[in-house]
Amino acid sequence: MGDLFDGYAAPMAGGRAAPKRPAWDEMFAVPPSEGPEPQARAAYRDIYSSLARMTQEELRGRTDALASSYLAQGVTFDFAGEERPFPLDAVPRVVDQGWAHIEAGVKQRVLALEAFLADVYGPQRAVRDGVLPASLITSSSNYFRQAAGVEPANGVRIQVSGIDLIRDEAGEWRVLEDNVRVPSGVSYVISNRRVMAQTLPELFVSMRVRPVGDYPNRLLQALRASAPAGVDEPNVVVLTPGVYNSAYFEHTLLARLMGVELVEGRDLFCSGGRVWMRTTAGPTRVDVIYRRVDDEFLDPLQFRADSMLGSPGLMLAARLGNVTIANAVGNGVADDKLIYTYLPDLIRYYLAEDAILPNVQTWRLEEEGALEEVLDRLDELVVKPVDSSGGKGLVVGPAASRPELDELRTRLMRDPRGWIAQPVVQLSTIPTLVADGVRPRHADLRPFAVNDGRDVWVLPGGLTRVALPEGQLVVNSSQGGGSKDTWVVGSGQFTVDRSIPNLVAGQAATSSIPIIREHVPDHSPEDRPRGSSEQQQQQQQQQQRVPAETARSTAPPEPERTHGEGAC
Amino acid sequence: MLSRIAESLFWIGRYIERSDGTARILDVHLQLLLEDPWIEEDTACRALLSVMGSSAPDDRELSREDVLALLAVDRTHPASIAYSLGAARENARRAREIVSTELWECLNTTRARMPRRVSSEKVHEFFAWIRERAALAVGVIESSTSRDESWLFFTLGRSIERADMTARLLATRSLTEVSGPSWTTILRSCGAYEAYLRTYRGVPSARNAAEFLLLDRLFPRSVLFSVSRAEECLRELEPRSERVGVSDQAQRLLGQIRSQLEYTPIAEVLDDLPRQMDAVQDVTSAASEAIRSRYFPTSAAPSWIGED
Repeated sequence: MGDLFDGYAAPMAGGRAAPKRPAWDEMFAVPPSEGPEPQARAAYRDIYSSLARMTQEELRGRTDALASSYLAQGVTFDFAGEERPFPLDAVPRVVDQGWAHIEAGVKQRVLALEAFLADVYGPQRAVRDGVLPASLITSSSNYFRQAAGVEPANGVRIQVSGIDLIRDEAGEWRVLEDNVRVPSGVSYVISNRRVMAQTLPELFVSMRVRPVGDYPNRLLQALRASAPAGVDEPNVVVLTPGVYNSAYFEHTLLARLMGVELVEGRDLFCSGGRVWMRTTAGPTRVDVIYRRVDDEFLDPLQFRADSMLGSPGLMLAARLGNVTIANAVGNGVADDKLIYTYLPDLIRYYLAEDAILPNVQTWRLEEEGALEEVLDRLDELVVKPVDSSGGKGLVVGPAASRPELDELRTRLMRDPRGWIAQPVVQLSTIPTLVADGVRPRHADLRPFAVNDGRDVWVLPGGLTRVALPEGQLVVNSSQGGGSKDTWVVGSGQFTVDRSIPNLVAGQAATSSIPIIREHVPDHSPEDRPRGSSEQQQQQQQQQQRVPAETARSTAPPEPERTHGEGAC
Repeated sequence: MLSRIAESLFWIGRYIERSDGTARILDVHLQLLLEDPWIEEDTACRALLSVMGSSAPDDRELSREDVLALLAVDRTHPASIAYSLGAARENARRAREIVSTELWECLNTTRARMPRRVSSEKVHEFFAWIRERAALAVGVIESSTSRDESWLFFTLGRSIERADMTARLLATRSLTEVSGPSWTTILRSCGAYEAYLRTYRGVPSARNAAEFLLLDRLFPRSVLFSVSRAEECLRELEPRSERVGVSDQAQRLLGQIRSQLEYTPIAEVLDDLPRQMDAVQDVTSAASEAIRSRYFPTSAAPSWIGED
């Protein structure tokens, strides 16, 4: 029996006050070392029993193997000018029946956001019908008038989205924020799975983990589907800011797995309302750009004039319908955290459904009395800027010092539109290997969804980010977060996922099961395998011959060889 | 060049290529067993074994570990990586005076460091190591061997083995739906996945992937490329220009299978993939035998066979 879970539920060090409601632990209903027998939840039972057999040292060895494999593959991030392997924890997160719920909720959310973006850059019916205040849109720093009236060819603006979810104290999944600009992290989902299967194969045994490798293929199909009308064989490219971008690894991985060109701004030029790339065979037309460059840098003619990352004229080509930019320019307005607070209403308005995944309770500071209440309770709330992502500018009240809170107070009063406030949610915890051993750490989940215009496909899994410092509730990798492989497990019902052509081809193949003729490998006459008795004889002879053989460099033909005996 | 030396070089080429090919096939297929929950482990393992030319005992369920033990580290199993690398080293020893010191040391250390068992978490690392060693051996030869007969025989062996390995791999596709690997897996097995994606820009379809691995003229692991390469080597080995036909049996065999593949519509090849791959493997064996009888004629060596 291993010692892996010793001290798992040890009280927090440092005398920090325990939260009022403890976090939901995803692995244990009854955590170990609390007297009674530890009780793992159903989803984790197999993992727990595999892990419980391991010692801490073993798991640490595997973790090192994960890290060195990432270092070799170049799956790294910059930490103070030094390349560090992307941190991956060896204990996976498991999601079982709950997945269908998440999947449905994410789909619904993406569809509502699509409808919202089409509306806000078009007729603005939601404003006219009083669902959204007009000032909310015009005051959003990510609403770009340049994008108004640009009609996507197949109606899709959010080819790729990452909806950040958390699990609250009762174990319920909630949406924390929407990312429909350029959500990143999917490459880690793909490479985490690969390296886990290579390094911790025994955990996979007996678990039916749904594969994640289909993502690049789905993405490519969605990008091709979004090509301008009338283009038969669309030329898809991935636009990257360049090698110095922190997500460059992801850009190369996606381009590689989709088999498309990875371009930088300087590889593109616009002429005659079309976009071209410079190749050895002359200019080649580009039909779909999966851009990983922010809006402001895409087109110096429309946005920042000093941008070196885009190409002048891109927006014109998009407006003319000659190129598709995916995700669409201007999507950032949907990421605005004040818009987020209206999402349940928007889902009802556009889809006539109730939100499947609830939001986290949020104060809009411009509403009557909200600012006063928030200012009053600042030390127990989380306050976030509305237009940032990745936890930038976020202040956790209970962890902040007095001067920090005072400064925040003046900023809130100066710009109530720019901030939202939320209660501190204790994110669910998952066992994670840290310096002291395996300990509960808070985690979130970013599932990725791909919209090809006919269906929204949710990648079974997603990026689980985990905060490594004890009690830390911000899980960003830029803030010392780690990651976990996320396993969606399930039984038979998923087999329908196999595509129809595959099934048909498979059926055709089974109708006439070919009998494989075994071809025994050819061997050099000198190295042909010998029967065991013969081999023994030979070994005996060789032992007797040892002195002789060292004396002669080339031995005469060995007498024990049989001839004329084909190997196959 | 002595026939015996030429034969050793030919077999060094074949065995190095075989160890590399086997490592690739095993790596991807064993990984697939973990990643894809719909695969029946026993069936898949049996299929893998039979494609590699070794049958398995019927009496019990087979697991990844069994396949690994047999095809990777078992030194006595003729289809195993350990066996191939051992044989490559033996051949180098027999031709030690021709083989460069660098190559000899490479093959010798590889055999010496060959583990006797591989724990399950080190499997991928192990295969990567095998591939690296094979690449090192090939690189040493490519960068320092004069392009004379010794290089030709080595390359001839490699090319023939490559054609054989790719044919084996394609044969795995003809297994049943449940256990058969996808085209993606097959392409990944021979390191062709990224090259394929760049060439066809899209999801592997049966037709394109088969076309790529069978008939691509530029991809070095395709059957056509390997067979053509072997033919070139044979032509150079016998530069007598002839006005009529081909007199060399091996060249004849390889030329026939090449034309057959090259000029049959791909749809027909696909319909009959197992038989076609059978034919390729037959030809590589027969060509190997023809090369032996032409270039490495050993007088019937005296033989003693037991006393029964």
